[in-house]
Amino acid sequence: MNFEFSEEQQMLREQARGFLSEHCTTAVVRTVLDGELGWDQSLWQKVAEMGWTATTIPEAYGGLGLSYYELAVIAEELGRAVAPLPFSSSVYLASEAINRFGTEAQKSDWLPKLASGECVAAFAMAERPGRLSLAQLETQRTDERISGYKTTVPDAAVADMAVVLARTGSDVELCLVPLKQEGVAVQPVLTLDSSRGHSNLILKEAQAERLGDRTLEPKEWDRLLDGAAALFAWEQLGIAESALIQARDYALQRYAFGRAIGSYQAIKHKLAAMYVKNTLARSNAYYGIWALAEGSDELPLAAATARVAAIQASTFAAEENIQTHGGMGFTWDFDCHFYYRRAKLLSLVVGSESVWQDRLVDALSRRSAVAA
Amino acid sequence: MDFNDTPEEARFRKEAASWLADNVPTDDAFRALAPLEQAKIWQKRKYDDGWACIGWAPGFGGRGASPIEEVIWRQEESEYELPSNFFLIGQGMIGPTLMAWASEEDKARFLPPLASGEEVWCQLFSEPAGGSDLAALRTRAERDGDDWIINGQKIWTSGAHYSDYGVIVVRTDPNVPKHKGLSYFYIDMKAPGVEVKPIKQLTGDADFNEVYFTDVRISDSCRLGGVGQGWQVALTTLMNERAAIGGGFGQMDVSMAMSVVQDLEIDGQPALSNAAVRARLADWYVQEAGLKYTGYRSLTALSRGALPGPENSIGKLVGAPKMQAMASYLMDLLGASGAVVDENLATKAGIIQRAYMGAPGLRIAGGTDEIMANIIAERVLGLPQEPRLDKGIPFNEVPTG
Repeated sequence: MNFEFSEEQQMLREQARGFLSEHCTTAVVRTVLDGELGWDQSLWQKVAEMGWTATTIPEAYGGLGLSYYELAVIAEELGRAVAPLPFSSSVYLASEAINRFGTEAQKSDWLPKLASGECVAAFAMAERPGRLSLAQLETQRTDERISGYKTTVPDAAVADMAVVLARTGSDVELCLVPLKQEGVAVQPVLTLDSSRGHSNLILKEAQAERLGDRTLEPKEWDRLLDGAAALFAWEQLGIAESALIQARDYALQRYAFGRAIGSYQAIKHKLAAMYVKNTLARSNAYYGIWALAEGSDELPLAAATARVAAIQASTFAAEENIQTHGGMGFTWDFDCHFYYRRAKLLSLVVGSESVWQDRLVDALSRRSAVAA
Repeated sequence: MDFNDTPEEARFRKEAASWLADNVPTDDAFRALAPLEQAKIWQKRKYDDGWACIGWAPGFGGRGASPIEEVIWRQEESEYELPSNFFLIGQGMIGPTLMAWASEEDKARFLPPLASGEEVWCQLFSEPAGGSDLAALRTRAERDGDDWIINGQKIWTSGAHYSDYGVIVVRTDPNVPKHKGLSYFYIDMKAPGVEVKPIKQLTGDADFNEVYFTDVRISDSCRLGGVGQGWQVALTTLMNERAAIGGGFGQMDVSMAMSVVQDLEIDGQPALSNAAVRARLADWYVQEAGLKYTGYRSLTALSRGALPGPENSIGKLVGAPKMQAMASYLMDLLGASGAVVDENLATKAGIIQRAYMGAPGLRIAGGTDEIMANIIAERVLGLPQEPRLDKGIPFNEVPTG
């Protein structure tokens, strides 16, 4: 039994945590949140120099060729620091999609730039409120031109290109769309977490090419989402851990009725409940990343389990952290709202809780059908 | 990461599996025996071949196995439907206490028959006045030459009715603060003045008892630890308790819930396609898998010779309420017939209803949900204890209800 990260991976964690505690303090997050840029470009460059954007990209395309375990370690630390970076869009989704489905030419073209961080990529899925449905996609490519509307796309304003979910006729596909071109309008939208910019994309006869040399099977799309979910779970876990630590520290410092509020069972039980959810989420995140890294058939179940656990742990911890702080937690000046915003934001990308509860039960049903 | 055994672990697993395959009793005559008799026969068979209490030193009846080997053994043993374990408290909690505190002579006398199942032990801690606040116990022992005279009452004592020996915490000095006036003894359950009365539980079963002590005389040589040191000795026992109780939650798991749901409809549609049902199933699976993989992480620590971290303490706190919630919801889905407990008529032979009726006990035994949450808050998160009004006050001056 070896259900633990390796020593090298643990060292990477220490290194990442040390780096972010120096270069991505909550003051850095606050600056981005207060401004209109939607990211910290100099932090992005530093992170890219550390090689984080290159983690799982193969060496042949300028990457480090490391495993998903290393990427999970980095994801958790980015979550812990609430890093204002387009990392998940560019790395868990766009780079993954290009590496997985791209033609040789597309990979040679894009992956080295994504690995070095000189290119930032967004990932555009949703078109309207509600669950994403592949059958209802309206964004359409005809030959080398794409038209359509994509809503609430994370990081599009700072990205150079977007991987766009679209269709040709009734076939579903992913398209590569450079964003700095006529035919693409990037309209910033204010979301609940402006430390990560979001935009609507209006595509009018924009130049585009299909990713890969054929259409996308629903199974392949699911596989891409499962992989992203397993990684998002680690970033969400990092947020949950930070929220718990902040609540614990405050409960020790803050006195009421002559004693630390952390000595009252009402507060202790709240924090114990956070710890329990975080522990379940961590163990399930191990399961998810194990299935992704080892290419296991259990990935659909493991990713959904990790994702649901991470959504529940991170939103609960962020909500109850504010509650533990009382009125001060509701102020702009305290950092509690960073975790509250980011936890909810990350719970909404790549499908929200009920979507992944459904996927989890689908995977369980398939498993019991196989067993029967 | 991988889930595979190391070569040494695999070798051990194979040895364990092959012994089990050769030795697990399957004959009808054995099955016809009373549960305690079955358990004693099986335990003795394991003992004779060196498969009882394998983590104990060979001199005490074990084989000095490593913690990871103990886990492997439990996994292999759980592949079989074996007699209920009547020795869990004795072997899991009292054995380690004797090892830490008893004289060499007593260890040699008591540990081997405890390992072999020939002598059964119970734990006499809780009292009507002291449950979560265990140190508030009132059963007293008064010195009489080389002996002690015990008077008082214990409660919730599992297996007292079939136990040969028990360990007991008593108050030997009421004039000092409560933790300082306790002493710890072992006691012959057949001694004059010991009276065991079964408690009928809300399930209708009687697994535990009230035990009354009237002028029970025991020798001072039965004392473990110093006079007034009983609390420290009791902590040794309690530290091993959660490991012993934490365990599994029977057949109430998500695959069982799925199989119930698969046979039901809601408004003419399969219940399994109902969004509310799916959300519950998913949430339970998250808890179940979370506990399973937390266990794997602990196992990894053990496998590397390290101690598992505090994450292990969540098992009972998550598992017991989950079992209750799951049973309750499945009964809701079954509607009126969810109330049926007759094994021949009920869905899943009444497992769901038994789980629902048993769950309140699991949420209380070995530390209530609230105490478990306090333990996590204090020992894992480092939060302070609630102020205690009885702190530093002689026990006989502490206000009581």
